[in-house]
Amino acid sequence: MKLSIQLNGKPWQVDCEAQETLAEVLRNTLNLNGTKVSCEVQVCGACTVLIDGAPVSACTYLAYEARGKSVTTIEGLEKPDGTLHPLQQAFIDEFAFQCGYCTPGMIMSAKALLDENPKPTRDEIIHHMDGNICRCTGYVPIVAAIQRAAEVIAKESKK
Amino acid sequence: MSAEKKTDFHIVNHSIPRRDGRVKVTGKAQYVADLKLIGMAYAKVLRSPFAHAKIISIDKSRAEAHPGVYCVVTGYDLDGLNPYFGHAVKDHPLLAIEKVRYAGEPVAAVVAIDERTAFEALEFIDVKYQELKGVFTPEEAMAEDAPLLHEKKFEAGALRGFEGEVTAGKGTNICQTHKIQWGDVEKAFKEAASVVEGNYYFPMTYAYAMEPYVSVADVTDQGVTIYSSAQHPFMVRHDLKSIFNLPVSKVRLIVPFVGGGYGSKSYTKVEPLTAACSWKAKRPVKLQLTVEEAMLTTRSDDAYTWMRTAADANGKIIARQAKIYMNTGAYAENSPLVVEKSTNRCVGPYAIPNVLIENCSLYTNTVPASSYRGFGCAQVTLPGESQIDELAAKIGKDPYEFRLANAAKPGEEFFPGMRPFDGTLKQDLDTAAKAVGWGTPLPKGHGRTVAVSGSDAGAYPLTSTAVRVHADGSVTIMTGSTELGQGSHTVLPQIAAEALGVPFENVNVVSSDTAITPYDRSTGASRTTTLMGSAVLEASQEAIQQMVVMAADVLKVKVEEIQTVRGGVRCGEVELNWSQVISKFYALPDGEVIGRSYIRKSGKFAALPVFWEAAATGVEISVDEDTGKITMEKLATVGDVGLAINPALAEGQDIGAATMGMGIGLFEELVYEGSQLMNGSILDYRLPRFSDLPKHVELHLVQNQDGVGPYGAKGGGEASLNSMAANIANAVDRAVGVRIREAPLTPERVWRALKDKKSKMED
Repeated sequence: MKLSIQLNGKPWQVDCEAQETLAEVLRNTLNLNGTKVSCEVQVCGACTVLIDGAPVSACTYLAYEARGKSVTTIEGLEKPDGTLHPLQQAFIDEFAFQCGYCTPGMIMSAKALLDENPKPTRDEIIHHMDGNICRCTGYVPIVAAIQRAAEVIAKESKK
Repeated sequence: MSAEKKTDFHIVNHSIPRRDGRVKVTGKAQYVADLKLIGMAYAKVLRSPFAHAKIISIDKSRAEAHPGVYCVVTGYDLDGLNPYFGHAVKDHPLLAIEKVRYAGEPVAAVVAIDERTAFEALEFIDVKYQELKGVFTPEEAMAEDAPLLHEKKFEAGALRGFEGEVTAGKGTNICQTHKIQWGDVEKAFKEAASVVEGNYYFPMTYAYAMEPYVSVADVTDQGVTIYSSAQHPFMVRHDLKSIFNLPVSKVRLIVPFVGGGYGSKSYTKVEPLTAACSWKAKRPVKLQLTVEEAMLTTRSDDAYTWMRTAADANGKIIARQAKIYMNTGAYAENSPLVVEKSTNRCVGPYAIPNVLIENCSLYTNTVPASSYRGFGCAQVTLPGESQIDELAAKIGKDPYEFRLANAAKPGEEFFPGMRPFDGTLKQDLDTAAKAVGWGTPLPKGHGRTVAVSGSDAGAYPLTSTAVRVHADGSVTIMTGSTELGQGSHTVLPQIAAEALGVPFENVNVVSSDTAITPYDRSTGASRTTTLMGSAVLEASQEAIQQMVVMAADVLKVKVEEIQTVRGGVRCGEVELNWSQVISKFYALPDGEVIGRSYIRKSGKFAALPVFWEAAATGVEISVDEDTGKITMEKLATVGDVGLAINPALAEGQDIGAATMGMGIGLFEELVYEGSQLMNGSILDYRLPRFSDLPKHVELHLVQNQDGVGPYGAKGGGEASLNSMAANIANAVDRAVGVRIREAPLTPERVWRALKDKKSKMED
């Protein structure tokens, strides 16, 4: 069947099968490999993408359900001039990843949080991010990166 | 000790942002999971439902007739291959042959046009089994009437990583035994002023690298090419060379970014099966395991330890004795080395005059165990560091003071035959104690402890590298070390940039392609910074030597007249940078100089371990006495790393390791009920999450430049894991007065221990 979505700000139409997940269509059909698949049961958060701004596990979300909706993946955060999203930059600055496999999902979940709540407390960050697993970092630098990005975004919006 | 204690560093010892930062935060970093080759087929695996069974027959005709299926591979289809692999013991068939040895063992693989088709065809394979009696614990495996898992005799693999023999294949289920002994243990325990004794259990655990095992194989008359998530491509190459009976030069392992390893991707996993599928299907094949399948591939050895430790009247530890039984599962994998290491690591970083440790690992009908961050150290540090606290309490000493009094001193030859201790435990312990507020009052129900780990690093010195200096002054490092997230793509360029005096940005890394990058034994055992880092430093220095000779040639002067300066040479008034030296030498602005290095067990690397991996951790916990739930109030890590080439990365290793250790201390455990793994999924296996983050975390490094690595560096990244389970058990004892000798300390276990204590008090 034909699937029409708004993907990272551009309209796309692709063929997909009824049983295909959004992660499969993104990775296999659209060659957007930034969305990583790990647990496949909506527990680890590695495949998090935004559907109309809300975080969703692409591993268990049928591609068909995204019809007519706006999908944002990790590939959609960098500006055309190469400027990174404040979260991406903060993840680099705070050493908030090691192997990097959880990172795209982690950043997408964090983006959903900051879009909704630009000044989260530490507890709010922990509560919101609890569905994303990282095995490398012990989470400490990820919390710091989200806090740093929130500060950067606040400063930018004042300008 | 490092010959020169340089301190005015330009690039090393700075927390330079990761080289792989931008690709990883933009989703552009490529892992094997992302790889597609032209004409590539996909494999799925049929796994045994039985833990121990004879394979009577396999009918694959219906599956092979399924549309979209290229072929089905079984243990009957491997004529022409040597289908057994294993670097220590060649006991592991790439698919079950004649019998299965654990529930979940691969029995057949379907190769099809896509994953879904391969998966659908699995159910058309008809396997007839005759179930055999199984053994699931070391005790059952040792019983007189225990069925044998392996009937074959095995020879020790040349690359097993230790000097002793292998015990496997001698007509019992014993996989490996190891023993260390010095002094007179019996006499010491008789004369001791105080003794503690107990039985401990350390659980089987799953590393959960977020990227499950995956490989893509392409077997042609040109040889075997495999893209894999393996930590040790050169070790995997050795197994593939043997399976396909090919020269080393015809086996190529390529490892792009790896999505987490923690030891679980050490050595050979799915590569032989993927290669056999490609060999049969005559096309490239990808085999991507699910997390559930990965949990049926490798776990850590669980350990049953009896231990006793004695002190004299002055508070000096005089003896330790232990007997350990490890459950290594169906195949040896790296467990023989785990056995050797856990035996040694029972001693801890303590100078103990009388020691007897006996260790025995057993084959059982469970998922094969292998390396896991720390190589058997965490298994025995639970009893080891628990008994330090138990003994301190018994003789009325402060456990921190008691550790200080007994810890190995810098330069002390505390472990017979091994390298003198190269860490500073006093400083490590002091830092950890201070970080958790040692000596200050605690609320009721809180407990505070410090613990140490000092382990003989498994890093074996066999490493080579090439550092290519190009005519524009930029540099390419050719390294066999794999970027698992630990930061080798950042740390190695820092070392080369420092040595060559060139900007960090101009140093690039090509890694882990056995056809291109020089040999490196492995990426594990905390070895890369120390060993590959030393190789990169030496190769950079060798390139400088060559460029000095070239400069003399170019300037038509004697070599002795050339002086090296940062980033180039000087001769009188003339200064040339490396770009100018090379360009003038070749008379074109192109070409290169190749610096090389070969590291072996010789010179400063002759004594093993290459370094002692030392770290202290400190915790403060609170216990909810109504539920038994433990809350991590504070966590401090102190990595004794000699010199942190990149301090932020070194601290990142410590907090990552400590968090894994915390997970095992609090809730991680693979549970078997009879023959079946009961929680073999991420829905059921509890991992640390954001909400488990300790409320207060401090990360510290001790940098005395006392390692043999570049600029006095030595390895880190395992030691902070090892002491965590013991730390938590000790802190629970101090908080609520119950001694728990098994991990994880789940709320139920703590609650039951509290209930037992209460009922004993009431009696």
